[in-house]
Amino acid sequence: MRQADFRAALLDPSRPHPPGLTDPQGRPAGRRFNVYRNNVTVSLVEALKTAFPVLRKLVGEEFFAAMALEHVRAHPPRSPLLMLYGTDMPDFLARFPPVSHLPYLPDIARLELALRESYHAADATPVAPDRLAAIPPQDLANIRLRLAPALRLVRSDWPIHAIWVANMKEAPPPRTVTAQDILILRPEFDPEPHLLPQGAAPFIAALAEGKTIGTALDAAGDFDLNATFALLVSGGAIIDIATETSA
Amino acid sequence: MLDRQTEPGLPPAPGVGYKPQHFTALMQDPGPVRWLEIHAENYMGEGGRPIAQLRHLAERFPISVHGVGLSIGGEGPLDRDHLDRLRRLCDWLQPASFSEHLAWSTHDAEFLNDLLPLPYTEETLARVCAHVDEVQTRLGRKMLLENPSVYLDFAESNLGEIEFLSEIASRTGCGLLLDVNNVHVSCTNRQTDARDYIDRFPIDLVGEIHLGGHDEDVDDAGAPLLIDSHAHPVVDPVWQLYERTISRAGPLATLIEWDNDVPDWPVLADEAERAARILDRVTA
Repeated sequence: MRQADFRAALLDPSRPHPPGLTDPQGRPAGRRFNVYRNNVTVSLVEALKTAFPVLRKLVGEEFFAAMALEHVRAHPPRSPLLMLYGTDMPDFLARFPPVSHLPYLPDIARLELALRESYHAADATPVAPDRLAAIPPQDLANIRLRLAPALRLVRSDWPIHAIWVANMKEAPPPRTVTAQDILILRPEFDPEPHLLPQGAAPFIAALAEGKTIGTALDAAGDFDLNATFALLVSGGAIIDIATETSA
Repeated sequence: MLDRQTEPGLPPAPGVGYKPQHFTALMQDPGPVRWLEIHAENYMGEGGRPIAQLRHLAERFPISVHGVGLSIGGEGPLDRDHLDRLRRLCDWLQPASFSEHLAWSTHDAEFLNDLLPLPYTEETLARVCAHVDEVQTRLGRKMLLENPSVYLDFAESNLGEIEFLSEIASRTGCGLLLDVNNVHVSCTNRQTDARDYIDRFPIDLVGEIHLGGHDEDVDDAGAPLLIDSHAHPVVDPVWQLYERTISRAGPLATLIEWDNDVPDWPVLADEAERAARILDRVTA
């Protein structure tokens, strides 16, 4: 037996069973091989169900299970770390004709992936708020902020925050189609998606790349800097402060 | 009969597979449970709640790290990145034991998330031994290798499972993990005698016992087909095989495995209590 043949038949039910597999009397293995087929696909569909609770609500359990099975067969995991399985889901959804009328699904998948990455990201201790307060205003532009490893930025042309809240917290669904950007923060162990002030995402993205506050402000247009900073501080997202001269 | 400390350091007492929903109960009153087993792959993130909980648990309980993703029976080379992750976990956690399966799960970098079977031949024996050597060298510790649940036979197999496992242990110095439910499942499915399997197993090499539940089905000919599911209580025939095993071996670290449809803590604690009673009775 070659494991390549075994693997191919596991994921493609239209293929014949690999040769040389038998029952105790030497007859073809039949249903015995299907135990493995079933174990593989059921367990991986379960992993996707756990990973994408909002997608499940949006498309319904039955549809999600059928779609997840197609996803599993097209994109089996590339790593034994199933906690991060599903990174192909946004692209899969974007190309899956039965959901082409729900164009926000790929962004919801990206949000759910980012929440899981945040959950498993490294711990970090935020800087004391008085360290931030102690920075002279004239120095602020030259400061670089190190952001928490669990911070994630998810940008969308769709109201993904409102959709997420409506499905996870039983709030009413969004009434208007507006672009929403989400900042995921994890003050302790539970990642929380926050709606970012409009226009703040380029600023956060630049900070995350290690740009100075001045450069990050230049990268963004008008946005509510105070509200954005308050969010970063309350979510424990700033874990170190470096001045320009040390860079 | 030797009253030995099981290698390399789990207490000869009941343990359970750790589930996060049991964290508070375990920290308050673990009952008969003296040690915990974790699935290595669930604790390979960088941080967050899983790692924090594990640090707390490890201060209180000996931990057994049980891998489910190394694919030791795979045709291809071991995944070096995965082996490095395993080493990092063992380095900071310093577990009392590390174990993996006689099975494969990865092919061409695709992870299939099941413990897939391999034929028992000289060729597969040499390959598994090379992989066990590599794991033990990389981790710098002895490992235990677990007997699988199997559902079918390979026409090309020309070695018995016990002979195969014994030879791996002899060539690599690894120990064995005897899953008594797997013995019951495999022997039923292969229509062989489970008591004979237990009696012939190289018991001195066993560092840990697994007990768990299974599903029942039938094959195309209507013969019983048992499926390892870890979703039910341990059945009476498996308890009887366990008692037979302990009578031969003396007390051994014994794990209750319940991974799917996980029950509330008291149900799991009762299963551990039943193992504790058998351990006490046999060694009294």
